[in-house]
Amino acid sequence: MSDKIVPILMPKWGLSMKEGTLAAWHVSEGTEIIPGDEIMDVETDKIANVVEAADGGLLRRCVGQAGEIYPVQALLGVMAPAEVTDSEIEEFIGSFEMPEIEEEEDASPTHLHADLEVGRIRYMHREGEGVAVIFIHGFGGDCDNWLFNVDEISTEAPVYALDLPGHGGSTKTIVNPTVEVMVNALVQLMDHLSLDRAHLVGHSMGGLIAGQTAVNHKDRVASLTLICAAGLGADINSEYIDGFVSAASRKELKPKLKCLFADDDLVSRAMVDDLLKYKRLDGVQAFLEDLKKNLFSGGKQTTSIADDLAILNVPALVIWGSEDAVIPKAHATAIDGARVEVIPDTGHMVMLENPGRVNELIKSQLS
Amino acid sequence: MARTLSMKDAINEAIDQEMSRDPTVIMMGEDIVGGAGSPGEDDAWGGVLGVSKGLYAKHPKQMIDTPLSESAYVGAAIGAATCGLRPVAELMFIDFMGVCLDQIYNQAAKFRYMFGGKAETPVVIRAMCGAGFRAAAQHSQMLTPIFTHIPGIKVVCPSNAYDTKGLLIQAIRDNDPVIFLEHKNLYASECDVPEEPYAIPFGEANVAREGSDVTIVSYGLMVPNSLAAADILKKEGIDCEVIDLRTLSPIDMDTVIESVEETGRLVCVDESNPRCSIASDVSAVVAQDAFKALKAPIEMVTAPHTPVPFSPSLEDLYIPSATRIADAARKAMGA
Repeated sequence: MSDKIVPILMPKWGLSMKEGTLAAWHVSEGTEIIPGDEIMDVETDKIANVVEAADGGLLRRCVGQAGEIYPVQALLGVMAPAEVTDSEIEEFIGSFEMPEIEEEEDASPTHLHADLEVGRIRYMHREGEGVAVIFIHGFGGDCDNWLFNVDEISTEAPVYALDLPGHGGSTKTIVNPTVEVMVNALVQLMDHLSLDRAHLVGHSMGGLIAGQTAVNHKDRVASLTLICAAGLGADINSEYIDGFVSAASRKELKPKLKCLFADDDLVSRAMVDDLLKYKRLDGVQAFLEDLKKNLFSGGKQTTSIADDLAILNVPALVIWGSEDAVIPKAHATAIDGARVEVIPDTGHMVMLENPGRVNELIKSQLS
Repeated sequence: MARTLSMKDAINEAIDQEMSRDPTVIMMGEDIVGGAGSPGEDDAWGGVLGVSKGLYAKHPKQMIDTPLSESAYVGAAIGAATCGLRPVAELMFIDFMGVCLDQIYNQAAKFRYMFGGKAETPVVIRAMCGAGFRAAAQHSQMLTPIFTHIPGIKVVCPSNAYDTKGLLIQAIRDNDPVIFLEHKNLYASECDVPEEPYAIPFGEANVAREGSDVTIVSYGLMVPNSLAAADILKKEGIDCEVIDLRTLSPIDMDTVIESVEETGRLVCVDESNPRCSIASDVSAVVAQDAFKALKAPIEMVTAPHTPVPFSPSLEDLYIPSATRIADAARKAMGA
């Protein structure tokens, strides 16, 4: 069989994804695909997104039908140069082994846990070479916020993504949640994992925690990537924060989540339901109210680390979504000497809206 | 953190966690502690299908085995609730509620009202409900409308393990009497359930599937049947929205009406008998409040007006099936 045949597969976004809907093809048979081209729309129970081609080539067959559901790694299309015959392509399609969802799920570990001084912390891990990258989510988020990033970054470095105390699958018993508590949890996890140094990638409040960790423990931080980060100015959309904390139903929560994206169609019912499930866990409501009081008292950010970071001499990259409606993009330039990248047509959740560009930028911080 | 749990285990976990959190939570019922044939305390039977198995070993002072007298221990549970405990009384089957109706509808349901708001009755009465278990007419009924008729009590009938845990915890924390009905044919159904305790508020329907052509309203076992019908209809190009009411008192008609305003078509699916049922109630409210949104007559898919047959083939015909639900949706579509 020709080794020039390149399959297009259903991607796997995050640990929980078992299948996805091929919503639409953006290319048709006969198209010459260039790596990075938008080739199809895929929807999962978490999110919908455009799939960019990882490889290039002539698209010979669209195997997947638009509107149908396929397991992760299922064959959706075949690329091959013109000299490969149709019968070779048919043979390739016929001999392609469709993955079995359950077996694969059993083989790969889902989330891991570490019992630390702060309490139980849940995290995910991808193996890789070199200094590790740790992803730190924002207010009300969890490690699944990085579902488009962890796999891609693990091609260049070991990757960890944690649930901060009070979030996701980590302990909800936090008496007085402050930035220091979060920083300490992160450092305890690094100790637990025997990571002397790491590249920290923080989103929103996670950016503030990453930055504060660099200020407190400079020798533990190889670089900082701060995405739509808190801690770089006083302004924040307090209506969003208040609404997110107080929302008790889907109807109240959904409009708030729309503030997070430039394209608010990305807010799926499953996304709203998952957040409601989190908010309804015992202890979470009180935790979020305490955290809000500590960090965003009076509708303003109470901690600024921009000046500290400017003199710290840790390589810093600031990434912002041009349409961020939660923290103003004007904060992107707050750190003197930091590299700044504003990504057009994206909102606060820029790493979900344009993961390709964000991953490129994160990788550029690793070398 | 979520992991897969059956509805039966979700009930056990909810009671276990609430008993740990609050020592006033107690459980009363038949064979929930000892049980016929069990060799010792550690291997207690745990009720008719073993739902409370293991709870006696963990919470010996909060588990009370009762005589075979529903009228006595349901009355005792209601009395204890008015005096500061939070009892969860387990009836083996909803069909046995008849002998303790005075305690439920004329006492528990009325205390808050009769005592000028000074009395609270935080009691939960759990029972298995529904057909399909080959248990004949006296152990298979779906008597939800009997209880939704009575003001002063809340009525819950979940369709999956996640909702069961959250709604049962809410029921135990609620300060009013709650009838909590568990469809026995769903006990083995599994889904992701967080290990931590959580409460789902009453009066909030769940949209189990989004769609734009027909709204299917259901609860309990009828939710998976409606979802199966939606799968069939999708292949025919009919896009169904499936609403799981979850709680029947209070009932979330806002979600139903908003959906019907989008789809213009309504199919009400109810395993109870057709007269004065949840299906007829939902239909009446939609006809009154959203008549102008309707593009077709409302369809109802219910059990027939008969007892549940013991004959397995007749019992299978008795329970509203995905096929019958799909037929009703096609009719609403004019197909």
